[in-house]
Amino acid sequence: MSRLNVFLALALVVCALAVIQAQHRARTYFVELERLKKEARALEEQWGQLQLEQSTWANPARVDTLARTRLGLVAPPQERIHVETLVGAP
Amino acid sequence: MNYHSRKLLKLNLAPWRMATVGGLLLSGLVLVAGRAFYLQGLNTDYLQGKGDAVANRNLTLPAHRGQVADRHGQLLAISTPVESLWARPAELKLSAEQRAHLARVLGMPASELSKKLTRKSRGEFAVQRPVTPEQAVKIAAMGVPGLHLRREFRRYYPAGEVAAHVVGFTNVDDMGQEGVERAYQDWLAGREGERQIMRDRRGNTIRDLAPIKTAQMGGNLALALDLKIQYLAHRELAAAIAQHKAKGGSVVVLDAKTGEILALANQPIFNPNNRRNYKPGPMRNRAVIDTFEPGSTIKPFVAAAVLERGLFHPNTVIDTPETWRVGNKLVRDVHPHPQMTVSEIIQKSSNVGAVKMAMALTPLQYWEVLHRSGFGQLPGSGFPGETAGRLRDGRAWKPVEHATMAYGYGLSVSLLQLTRAYMAFANDGEVMPLSFLKREPQEIVGERVFSPSVAREVRAMMETVTQEGGTGLRTRVPGYRVAGKTGTAHKLVDGRYASDRYLSSFVGMAPASNPRLIIGVVIDEPSGGVYYGGSVAGPVFAQVMAASLRQLALPPDAPETATRMTLGAPPVVAPAGGGA
Repeated sequence: MSRLNVFLALALVVCALAVIQAQHRARTYFVELERLKKEARALEEQWGQLQLEQSTWANPARVDTLARTRLGLVAPPQERIHVETLVGAP
Repeated sequence: MNYHSRKLLKLNLAPWRMATVGGLLLSGLVLVAGRAFYLQGLNTDYLQGKGDAVANRNLTLPAHRGQVADRHGQLLAISTPVESLWARPAELKLSAEQRAHLARVLGMPASELSKKLTRKSRGEFAVQRPVTPEQAVKIAAMGVPGLHLRREFRRYYPAGEVAAHVVGFTNVDDMGQEGVERAYQDWLAGREGERQIMRDRRGNTIRDLAPIKTAQMGGNLALALDLKIQYLAHRELAAAIAQHKAKGGSVVVLDAKTGEILALANQPIFNPNNRRNYKPGPMRNRAVIDTFEPGSTIKPFVAAAVLERGLFHPNTVIDTPETWRVGNKLVRDVHPHPQMTVSEIIQKSSNVGAVKMAMALTPLQYWEVLHRSGFGQLPGSGFPGETAGRLRDGRAWKPVEHATMAYGYGLSVSLLQLTRAYMAFANDGEVMPLSFLKREPQEIVGERVFSPSVAREVRAMMETVTQEGGTGLRTRVPGYRVAGKTGTAHKLVDGRYASDRYLSSFVGMAPASNPRLIIGVVIDEPSGGVYYGGSVAGPVFAQVMAASLRQLALPPDAPETATRMTLGAPPVVAPAGGGA
């Protein structure tokens, strides 16, 4: 009888330790999750800022000026445009 | 050993001492137990609350405002977090040295900073908003008590003034004030969420106390706008305004097949990224909010009305004397011809001819056509503050009014409304509902205004406007057939028509064989000597149309030879469509 009691007491201690361990792991994971969420938010913000930067560089007004001044591009005159019609197309 | 028997060792205590000590100990125990009971049992709520207040936090989860992009995904508005510097004067401790350093970091004169910081204020105030990320790092490193950085969202408009009138802007509290930002405020704003959490000593979140109410992020919007076409419209309009020393102007580009607004530009402009120096004038979206008397651009509707009733054919010849009297009103032609066909009346924009055609209808019949075309009614774009213009009830028209209505006086329209009405001619009689948002072709249901044959006949007449002998020679687009109508209207100033102030307009479509784009242009008070719609608004139309057609890669419908042939040849009147 007393042997069984000892066994049960031991089992109880083991379970208690396991609960503590599980609780600890849960907290660690939770903290990790929070950290990752924060990181995701930060990355999202960075993505937004990069999009903003990209659209600032790609601003048509800027592209227009650069194409004309730095690259010396011009729209082709009508006589230099040749329209190709696909065979079979109406 | 028997201690009890020794006399010396015999305990000789008075019984009261035992009682005192025992009593003291017992009362101590009662005291502690009582206190414990008081704390644990009776006062538990208060203390638990105190404890929770240390460890538990309610967080509001911010909802980001959605992005606005054009039809190809080019950004037009985006919210991005910025740091701003706030001060709490009550806690502020700043040495002279730190103050000088802070002034250097912020790039403001030390005297100005001192003035800002010494301001008497109970709560807290913003020292500078926003600060750059580099400044934020330096300020945080200083660690001055009473100064802190706060994270805020700021709205940026990468396209700046180019799309400002359509996109609009938000105020400091992120509420849409104008344009799309205002029209779709609820959709863009989203809803804040809430979260209750427990924190440990180091500030880490250790668990959620209640189910998270997730923040509803603001939705993104894809506008119908095409930023490239928008930029072209903006650029050409700005150039024309400068060239003709005009007060203002607008351009509207519509997709004739879907009713989508591909571009909408106004002058003067404003910069939505600069919240200071806001003046209401330049912020107004003139194309949608302002009205004007359309002048000759109304004439195609007169032609459509008489063709529809079978009163005239495109080739019917009408006597057009130089002047024509209606009541006490003398209608006059600028370039008189004794006789013109219906088609030539449109081509040469004859007032007398238009009046004679309109007078062949009853006022109610003519009114009904204008009403059906959308005049006097909201265009339905959903834009905040859009105007319905003005069209008096046909039953109340006086004869003079009936006559002036034929060449576009006595009613007022917005440019968006007028351009929308031309969709009936471009789209074989069917008007598609306007939309600032991009949409799928299958979800659009049009509204029939004219029969396909009438629409095609009027379109053919409008094509002659851009041919030799017409008023819109400068609206030609190489390689494409263009149909349209010029308009030059005197401005109403203090209840009288000013003889020297004009509104020059042009509304046209291309490729005329199967129009894909409709562009409306109006220039307010050109004062460079030229004021005819065909010469002022026409070139803007031609430039924007040419560039937009190229942008959309639409195949040319007029091989070069065809364009050459019309030069010098008599105007071709092409009665298209069957039936008439």
